[in-house]
Amino acid sequence: MGTSVCNCKSEKFKQLELIIAEHKDQPGSLIPVMHEAQELFGYLPLEVQTVIAEGLDVPLADVYGVATFYSKFTLQAKGQYQINVCLGTACYVKGAQLIIEKVADMLKIKVGETSQDGLFSLDATRCIGACGLAPVMTVNEKVYGQLTVDKVEKIMKEYLDTVGRDKNANA
Amino acid sequence: MLTLKQLDEIREKTLTAANLDNNRKGTRIVVGMATCGLAAGAQPVYDLFQEAIDKKGLGGVTIAQSGCIGTCSLEPIVDVYVPGKEKITYIQVNPEKAQRIIDEHLAKNQVVSEFTKDLDFTGQERIALRNCGIINPEDINEYIALDGYKAIAKVLNEMTPAELINEIKKSGLRGRGGAGFPTGMKWQFASTSTGQKYVCCNADEGDPGAYMDRSVLEGDPHSVLEAMAIAGYAIGANQGYIYVRAEYPVAIKRLDIAIAQAREAGLLGKNILGTDFEFDIELRLGAGAFVCGEETALMTSIEGKRGEPRPRPPFPAIKGLFAKPTILNNVETWANIPPIILKGADWFAGIGTERSKGTKVFALVGKINNIGLIEVPMGTTMRTVIEKIGGGIANGKKFKAAQTGGPSGGCIPAEKIDTPIEYETLIELGSMMGSGGMIVMDEDNCIVDVARFFLEFTVDESCGKCPPCRIGTKRMLQLLEKICNNEGEESDIEVLENLAKTIKAGALCALGQTAPNPVLSTLRYFRHEYDAHIKEKKCPAGVCKAFMKYVIDKDKCTKCHICAKSCPTNAIIGNPKETHYIDPELCIKCGLCITKCPKKAIEKTNN
Amino acid sequence: MDMINLKIDGLDVSVSKGTTILEAAKELKIDIPTLCYIKKLNEVGSCRVCVVEIEGKRGLQPACVTNVSEGMVVSTANKTVRETRKNILELILANHNRECLSCPRNLKCELQKLCNEAGVDNVYYEKKALRSPVSASLSIVRDPGKCVLCGRCISVCANVQNVGVIDFAYRGPQTAVTTPYEQNLSENSCINCGQCIEICPVGALQEKDDTDKVWSAIDNPGLHVVVQVAPAVRVALGEEFGMPVGSNVEGKMVSALKRLGFDKVFDTDFSADLTIMEEGTELLDRINNGGKLPLITSCSPGWIKFCEHNYQDFLDNLSSCKSPQQMFGAVAKSYYAKRADIDPAKIFVVSVMPCTAKKFEAVRDEMQVNGYREVDAVITTRELAKMIKLSGMDFTKLPDGTFDGILGESTGAAVIFGATGGVMEAALRTVADILTGKDLQDIDYKEVRGLEGTREATVEINGMEIKLAIVNGTGNAAKLLDKIRAGEANYHFIEVMACRGGCINGGGQPIILDKSKTEEVRQRRAEGLYGIDRSKEIRKSHQNPEIKELYADFFEKPGSHKVHEHLHTHYVKR
Repeated sequence: MGTSVCNCKSEKFKQLELIIAEHKDQPGSLIPVMHEAQELFGYLPLEVQTVIAEGLDVPLADVYGVATFYSKFTLQAKGQYQINVCLGTACYVKGAQLIIEKVADMLKIKVGETSQDGLFSLDATRCIGACGLAPVMTVNEKVYGQLTVDKVEKIMKEYLDTVGRDKNANA
Repeated sequence: MLTLKQLDEIREKTLTAANLDNNRKGTRIVVGMATCGLAAGAQPVYDLFQEAIDKKGLGGVTIAQSGCIGTCSLEPIVDVYVPGKEKITYIQVNPEKAQRIIDEHLAKNQVVSEFTKDLDFTGQERIALRNCGIINPEDINEYIALDGYKAIAKVLNEMTPAELINEIKKSGLRGRGGAGFPTGMKWQFASTSTGQKYVCCNADEGDPGAYMDRSVLEGDPHSVLEAMAIAGYAIGANQGYIYVRAEYPVAIKRLDIAIAQAREAGLLGKNILGTDFEFDIELRLGAGAFVCGEETALMTSIEGKRGEPRPRPPFPAIKGLFAKPTILNNVETWANIPPIILKGADWFAGIGTERSKGTKVFALVGKINNIGLIEVPMGTTMRTVIEKIGGGIANGKKFKAAQTGGPSGGCIPAEKIDTPIEYETLIELGSMMGSGGMIVMDEDNCIVDVARFFLEFTVDESCGKCPPCRIGTKRMLQLLEKICNNEGEESDIEVLENLAKTIKAGALCALGQTAPNPVLSTLRYFRHEYDAHIKEKKCPAGVCKAFMKYVIDKDKCTKCHICAKSCPTNAIIGNPKETHYIDPELCIKCGLCITKCPKKAIEKTNN
Repeated sequence: MDMINLKIDGLDVSVSKGTTILEAAKELKIDIPTLCYIKKLNEVGSCRVCVVEIEGKRGLQPACVTNVSEGMVVSTANKTVRETRKNILELILANHNRECLSCPRNLKCELQKLCNEAGVDNVYYEKKALRSPVSASLSIVRDPGKCVLCGRCISVCANVQNVGVIDFAYRGPQTAVTTPYEQNLSENSCINCGQCIEICPVGALQEKDDTDKVWSAIDNPGLHVVVQVAPAVRVALGEEFGMPVGSNVEGKMVSALKRLGFDKVFDTDFSADLTIMEEGTELLDRINNGGKLPLITSCSPGWIKFCEHNYQDFLDNLSSCKSPQQMFGAVAKSYYAKRADIDPAKIFVVSVMPCTAKKFEAVRDEMQVNGYREVDAVITTRELAKMIKLSGMDFTKLPDGTFDGILGESTGAAVIFGATGGVMEAALRTVADILTGKDLQDIDYKEVRGLEGTREATVEINGMEIKLAIVNGTGNAAKLLDKIRAGEANYHFIEVMACRGGCINGGGQPIILDKSKTEEVRQRRAEGLYGIDRSKEIRKSHQNPEIKELYADFFEKPGSHKVHEHLHTHYVKR
């Protein structure tokens, strides 16, 4: 066990305690705390939910209920590159289904999954309000618009190449 | 803390300093940097202009980022205002184009006309979007310069809460986010009681294909803050909440900045503009649940719970957030408030129709030439919107239907194109105004598939609280899937209609009650298309895969083998230089080969 | 008071402001069907079964949470309402595992009754079990496939019991009532009280059925099978056989148990008297010798687990006495074994309890005597009814039998253990006699009776003021302990029962099909117990002759070393 991992983990939990302390007296603080906790940990594992439940004095079952209600909250760790293909109406009528199928095919994962190496996760997202550029997808914060199957293939290939190079560099 | 006098001083000073004044002394450059602009690459363009101003010392030139002017597909857009000249708009600007604009237009005053476009706003009237694309949303002074916070100053100094509510009632303003409830009435209900109250802004814009709220928040956030404070004064509330989608990072950032600036200027907080009035606003992020756009669900979510709607009555104006009287309006509604105060209810009521006053912002998207945001007076016909403002259907195709009102709305067919847009007319057509998404569809869109798409959305986004929505919409979806899968039976339609009736009458919230609309409206206008799927066993638009097969036209095929290489399931049989054919057993009808074939030799046809 | 005039189904009615349509209709003898609704507990308007049409309103409105308004015109059963209601029930049924014939709730199922009344005759949507498989703890079985998502169990667990181990999770068609990560109820702070079972309209929550264990013990000729029956069982069991609520069926029950084949039929009332001997002594000892106060009763295993999870700073306040169930087992496998000359290893102790938490209590590590499990199987009142029905007995016509000695004699003090306040009153009767040295005759402590969730009283006995509190429902207990923690209240003695109303309303008691009658049923069951108390010749625990014999013969005196070995226990932090 690398001690650095443990320290980093407990460091994060210390930060979580601070987040909870900061919001504790604010009415309706559960969701803001969960947002920040997810920002911190990348997802909301059981240990994190438990700390939040105890810190805010709400039953764990409620925290879990909220975490599973909202699609932004995730109980599983996401990939380093989070790919969201918009399936809003504007994108859908302009062929977003083909785009998402292409990405899934290239990454060899299904929609909603994270690749085994933890590099990519693919989700369908609701309208991100960039309908003028439909169909669109986002990779982490970056927005790609006016996509075609060819265009998305090129974009994804670049990402795959990047991580491919990274892998070699590490090896 | 700002006083009225200081507010005026800022206005005057900024008008000059930012070259916002019509009698500007220096050139003003505005780069559209809303989500659409940023996605299209506005940031490097902005940086280049900034660098040029810094380095080359382009004396007196100011630069500002702005929200979206509305023509998203032309982004990045750069407006150049040279003193004494008409505004020049450059479209689809990239760094190369920007460099030429700097070298030629800014340095030598020669317009680079090959990159410009005259944006035509004929038929539009901008009230809610008045500042979008014009001011820098991250600079409160620019908002103040264009009469910002003048309305709150006016109500605090010249109007009683009752007079204010009357003015809003007189204006005829109705909620822009859904069913169109009169805004002034809502305020009045909430004003009757005393004690703790809240003002909420619904910025959980969830209708797919609608993004006017995002645009206002990104382009003119202060207009919302000011309006909420005005409402706080009207009903006697000192706390506001803005519930904004987490999917809108740019809007969130600009709201954060705007709230901080307003607090610092004393336009939020205690003793606003030197009066006794106190009002503050907190930002709350949604977490990906469409149902939270429903007002009671939104409040439940702010309370930190699962965003499930509550039965109404009691209405929020009586018992809302944290069980206190609450008014909740959406972003666009709020953005209309300050102009109503400044220009008067009569001015506003003079725009639009008898029943629907003012303007409405639409996100005109889908198969249309001029994709973007438009703001038109109520009563404008669909034809004007689609053919004139929208520039008609893309690629010379035929207009089939426009979907309005999101998942709660319906599809309005081509034959109704001359209908004036009002709350009531849309409802009569089986659709609704909703928040203002207008998705244009052409002959290539399958109407049954569209209905299925919306039901899929509804099922996915149902909160699950009441059985009609939780179970009923799922059953409807299963039937639609069956029809799209070439397994439909004639009795399915009757079952669909029966389910729709039950859900409409029995569901708990407005979202559930309106969930069957996409099916009902398409059954009403496009029954023949359902029949084609069920009885004739074909999908006229060629969308539903179960009805389609892909074939290679031997005469056109040049045996280049590109299609076979692209096929993910190796369904295309044939070696290079041989005639290729598609094995229907293996083909998953993904359509990739069609996009790849250089000779357009592959077609899909109904079985 | 402001009166509101309205019309329901063409009939005029005038009700006070704030009345719901549901209640207003009741005034006119119109019963609008409901499913999710429980007054004051689960007023969410979510199931939509009670929808009615209000003139001028779009869509239908839920009668359960919609208040009347002046001039309102309501239709509770017109065509739209009837059809919508029926269709909604069909939808609910379509998502419900329809195993009615093999469901323990058959004929006691609210959904079944509603569908029957609404004329649901066709479920043409495909049946699909979307949800997780059945899961069982030692006490409670959850079958998500039958859950109708009414949310009642969630409300009772969180708001009445302050436990909150279940909640809605996921959304849309995936919505489920579940624990975090679907963990088993035995892995979290569930207190096994079974109040969720009592409130569930269908068979989605049931007790863990242990009747097979009991049958096989009875069928095993090598075992000496003895049974004990808790006080509250005898005033509820009759309901399972259509008898009036609150009927005392002690005699018939004893006969039935004997016919079922138990070797001895004993009474938990006997060990309730024993508990008083010990707990009364403990109270006096703590008061006189500066022990930890308040002393808190320990009869209710749901309460004990609640305390172990949530109020660990009060563990030393808990009486060290085992509960009557466990005291019985301990005595059965020691004293009785010796007296009857039976190898304790061959004795199989069965408990019939109004309680699901007793199933958990019986398997706690500490609950052993001389290396033997004190209680080998626990069944609820409902499970006993099931066994009787299976045996084909005509229960209502059975002759009255009597409990076997030497663990069958009991007093009026013991039988009232089944109602909230009963343990307190029983203890007071004994403590008062000890302190005064008299045989007091005025022994009805009415100030500690009643069904309110929290009650306080001060009694003066022989110059000593004893401050008392009685709480029922762990949520009420939590509130009281919070007050004590905050220094806002203090007492000498507190009785806590995990369930509202006490054991008469335990998680193992007969299901009350019409939930609006719950309060009334509690009342009548409690009256049944106090009626037995009044009819008893001996009404004080220390006067129970078999108890006297037990001490004389075996334990010497209350609080003795031997007593501590057998009848006292300790608690753990969870």
